[in-house]
Amino acid sequence: MRRTKVSALWRRIWAAKYLYLMFFPVLLYYIFMRYAPMAGLVIAFKNYNAFAGFAKSPWVGFKYFSQFFNSIYCWRLIRNTLLINLYDLVFNFPASIVLALLLNEVRQPRFKKVTQTITYMPYFISSVVLASMVVQFLSPTGGLVNNIIESMGGKRTYFMTQPESFRTIYTLMNLWKNIGWNSIIFLAAISGINGELYEACTVDGGGHLRRMWHITLPGILPTVIVLLIMRLGHMMDAGYETILLLQNNANLETSDVIGTYVYRRGILKNEYSYSTAVGIFQSVIGFVLVIASNWLSRRFSETSLW
Amino acid sequence: MSTVSKAKLPVQRNRIRESFSRRLFLKINVLILLLISAVMLYPVLYVIAASLSEETAILKGEVVLWPVRTHVLAYAKVFRYPQLLTSYRNTILYTVLGTAINLLLTTAGAWALCQRKLPGRRFLTLMCTFTMFFSGGMIPTFLIVKELKMLNTMWAMLIPGAVSTYNMILMRTFFMGIPVSLVEAAELDGCNDFGILIKIVLPLSMASLMTIGMFYAVSHWNSYFSAVLYLNKPELYPLQIILRQVVLQNEIVENASSSAESNMAEGIKYATIVVAMLPMLCVYPFIQRYFVKGVMIGSVKE
Repeated sequence: MRRTKVSALWRRIWAAKYLYLMFFPVLLYYIFMRYAPMAGLVIAFKNYNAFAGFAKSPWVGFKYFSQFFNSIYCWRLIRNTLLINLYDLVFNFPASIVLALLLNEVRQPRFKKVTQTITYMPYFISSVVLASMVVQFLSPTGGLVNNIIESMGGKRTYFMTQPESFRTIYTLMNLWKNIGWNSIIFLAAISGINGELYEACTVDGGGHLRRMWHITLPGILPTVIVLLIMRLGHMMDAGYETILLLQNNANLETSDVIGTYVYRRGILKNEYSYSTAVGIFQSVIGFVLVIASNWLSRRFSETSLW
Repeated sequence: MSTVSKAKLPVQRNRIRESFSRRLFLKINVLILLLISAVMLYPVLYVIAASLSEETAILKGEVVLWPVRTHVLAYAKVFRYPQLLTSYRNTILYTVLGTAINLLLTTAGAWALCQRKLPGRRFLTLMCTFTMFFSGGMIPTFLIVKELKMLNTMWAMLIPGAVSTYNMILMRTFFMGIPVSLVEAAELDGCNDFGILIKIVLPLSMASLMTIGMFYAVSHWNSYFSAVLYLNKPELYPLQIILRQVVLQNEIVENASSSAESNMAEGIKYATIVVAMLPMLCVYPFIQRYFVKGVMIGSVKE
C-alpha cells in the first residue's frame, strides 16, 4: 500500500521531469540571489571579516543591534523614514485617486487618452534624471525655480541645503512622478463598477457629487484598501535610491533614511556586520507591518492580500 | 391637467439646473486636466529648451519654453566626453542581454509554476513569493555577489535582478488563461513540456511577453544603484552613472581646464539629461499600452 503510494509519487515526479528542468535555473537564482543573502544575515550577529568569511567570523550576539539602538542616528533614521512615507501616503496616495476620478469624468475619448499618456510619462523617467532635474531646477545659480522666485521679487534660496525643505521637495517630486501611474489602477477599478448602480442613484434623485460619493468611492474601496496594505508594508523602505541622489551633508538631518544609512556605513565604510544589523531591523519591521496591516484589513473589510 | 404640469415643472427645472452645473463641472474638469498635463510636460520641455540655449540665457532666466540664442555646442561637448559613448553602449548591452535573461527565466519559471501536475508546486510558489515580503537586504546581497566573484563584471548588472518575483507571478497569471485543451492536445501528440512552452504557449502570449519584457527593459535602462554597488570600473559604467557624475557630482565642470567649458556648465548638464532621457521618451508613447495592460492584469487578484 505504502509502496504503491511512494512509487506513484515518483511516477508523477518523473512525468514532470522537464518542468523541473525548466524551473532549475530559477531555483538556482532564488537559492543564490535571494536565500543565500537571507542566510548571510547571520553576520549581523558576528564580527564579519572577509578573510574568515560568513562561517568562521566570531559571534558577537546582539552587539551591533545595541550599538545601533544606542546611537544618536537610530531615532533620527526611524523618524525620517516614517515621515517621508507618511507624507507620501497622506498627499500622494489620495492625489492619484482624485486624478482617476477626474479622468473618469472626461467625455472626449481622445482628450482622455492624450491626458493619460502625458500623466503616465514621468513614471518612466529614471531616478537619476529625476534627481538631476530637481537639483538643476532648485539650483541658486540659474535654476528655474529660483529664477521665478527672483522675478517675483523674492530672494534666491539654495533649497537643497535646507533640511526643512527636503521632505517637501521629495514628496513633490514623487507626486509628479507617480500620480498618473498610480491612477491607472483606480481608473480600472472605477470602470469595473456596475453601471446600473449609477442609474439607480440618478433615479433616486442623486446628483453628480452624490453619485461619486455613494457609488464610485465605495466601489473602489476594496482596491484602495489592498493598495494601502501594500503601501503600509513598505513604510520602512522608502525610495532610498532616489533619496541618496538628493542627499548632501547639509540636508542629512532630514534626508537620511535607513536605506541610505545602510549604504553609507556598509558599502562606503565597509562596516558590514553593523549595517546588516540595521538592515535586519528594517526588514523585520517591514515584515511585521505587512502582516499586521493585512490582518487589520481582513478583520475590518474582508479584503486582504492572502 | 394643471396637476400634471405642476408635477412636471420641478423635475424639468431640476434637470436644467443639473445639466448646467454638470456642463460647468465638465469644463472645469477639462481645465484642471489641461493644467495637470502642462505641469507634467513643462519640466521636460524646459530641460530640452535649456540644453539648446546659450549659457547666459539660462542663468538669467530668459529661457521659458523655447531655446534662446539656439546652439548645439553643449551637445558637441557632451558627445566628446569619452565615457559617454562607452556608457551608452554598456546600457544598451545591459538592457538587451538583461531583458533576454529575465524573459528566459521568467517564462520558464512561470510556466512550471502554473502546472497542476508539478509535484511540490505549492512549496516552490511559496518559496518565490516569500521573497517579496522578506529579503536579505543590501549588504548580505552585496557580499554574496562579491563571494561569487561578480563584482566589477557585467554579470553584476544582470544576475542579481534576473527574476522579478512580481513579474513571474504576473506571467503565471497570464499563462493560467491559456486553454487547457490546447495543452492537452499537444501532449497527446507527444509534445514534451519544452515543446509545449515554445510551440504552443509562447506564440499565444506574445502580447504578455512584450508587456513583461518592457517592464524589465525599462528597469534596466533606468537602473543606477546596482552599478553604484557592484561596479568600480569606469569602462563598465552605464549611462545613468555618467549622468550622475556630470549633473549631481559636477565632474565635467570640476575637471574643466578651459574657461570655455565652465562657461557652458549648465548647458552641458541639461544636454546630458536630455541624452539620458530622450530614447525612453521617444519609445514611450508606442509602448505605453503594454504597461497599462500589465498593471491591469496585476490588479486582478487570483
